[in-house]
Amino acid sequence: MSDDIKDKVIAIIAEQAVLEPSDVNMDATLEDLGIDSLGLVESIFAIEEAFDISVPFNANEPEKSEFDISSVESIIAAVRGLVAEQSAS
Amino acid sequence: MKRVVITGQGTINALGTNVSETWEAMREGRCGIGPLEMRDVDRLAIQIGGQVKGYDPETVFNRQQILLYDRFTQFTLLSAREAIAQAGLNFIGDLATRTGVVLGNSGGGMNTLDENYRTVYEDGKNRVHPFVVPKLMNNAAASHVSMEFNLKGPTFTVSTACASSNHAMGQAFQIIRSGMAEVMITGGSESMLCFGGVKAWEGLRVMSKDACRPFSANRNGMVQGEGAAVFVFEEYEHARARGAEILAEVIGFAMTSDAADIVMPSKQGAARTIAGAVKDARVNPEQVGYINAHGTGTAANDKTECAAVADAFGHHADDLMISSTKSMHGHLIGGTGAVELLACTLALREGVIAPTIGYEEPDPECALDVVPNVAREAKVEVVLSNAFAFGGLNAVLVLSRV
Repeated sequence: MSDDIKDKVIAIIAEQAVLEPSDVNMDATLEDLGIDSLGLVESIFAIEEAFDISVPFNANEPEKSEFDISSVESIIAAVRGLVAEQSAS
Repeated sequence: MKRVVITGQGTINALGTNVSETWEAMREGRCGIGPLEMRDVDRLAIQIGGQVKGYDPETVFNRQQILLYDRFTQFTLLSAREAIAQAGLNFIGDLATRTGVVLGNSGGGMNTLDENYRTVYEDGKNRVHPFVVPKLMNNAAASHVSMEFNLKGPTFTVSTACASSNHAMGQAFQIIRSGMAEVMITGGSESMLCFGGVKAWEGLRVMSKDACRPFSANRNGMVQGEGAAVFVFEEYEHARARGAEILAEVIGFAMTSDAADIVMPSKQGAARTIAGAVKDARVNPEQVGYINAHGTGTAANDKTECAAVADAFGHHADDLMISSTKSMHGHLIGGTGAVELLACTLALREGVIAPTIGYEEPDPECALDVVPNVAREAKVEVVLSNAFAFGGLNAVLVLSRV
């Protein structure tokens, strides 16, 4: 289950970055992967659609969002949290 | 080249149903942004906007007109009536053929689209009202203004997102300056505050859930507004010969393209446009006393715009005032430059600089005099109005006292 989340998020990010999923390192930032601001909001949209969750993210204050986008690993962790909340409610 | 002056102005927006109410709100630093009232608002993540409230179209238009006038056309006609009444012009004979209409808007009849998509997709009906096309087309407002007032000169609509109105007014200015027309009715309108309109903006994740706070360190996005403003631009000698009251002179305009990014603003592009407009106006940068900023309240726009102003004006950037009235009326997208030009005429005519309200924390990246929270009395001779649109399209107007 958890690996499924990881694989799906990496697939979404890899698609945005035009990379193979195997080339997406867990500690990479979106910037490292060449994903710009539009690529970011597109990735978040794809994540919301894939997991049927709502991601709290405002591009004006990324640091204040509960959704941590500082690395691939942090994004996966944040998605896990939201998916867990979703199934709990 | 002919000189171009403004002899009439009209508006309806979240701050008021005419110019005097809007000016009063700008003087008082009143906020017109509040909870949105519309169908399915509970399904929106963003539930605030600068909505025109307490407006009942049936009190001003008859049933047949409402069937043809989308809300953006209604706002335009109400503003045009006020502006043309103030100018005191009667369009007959030669003047009718020497007068045109250039208006800006971005979404056209968004409410009409929204309602009729519901009809066919949600309600499953296979038939819509026969006037859907003439009601939603972007040029409907310009055409209805020309029909209501018998204006037979150059008439068209400009659609360049958030710069639509500034581009439209720049065109009107150039048409009179070059001698192509004597009078131009110009400005713009927008009515995108419907479920689909707000939903589309939500997707970009640049909207604020609580307030528009331009230049403030804690700003968290833009807030949409709606409404219109319309101006009568007139050739100077024509206005003087008939003893018209002149509100301001339009002295310069510049437009450029960043050729860079579909949503991110460019400091170089903005600075180049500001400098170009000042040059076109043949004034010294030091004469500019006030800038009505694009000031959307997004992280990206406000810091880029301040850096561009600093670039274009050098040391003088610290001496001029710059405010964003979007904090009060919201971002009217294609109509925004028109409503914001009212802050420019307010500055020139009344010596009142409209404030940037909602300002809470200084941002070192926006370290200009943003006229925080409270309007200021100041005599200014030359003012600018900035518009920097998605798509990297920039349009800046320069006005002066006469």
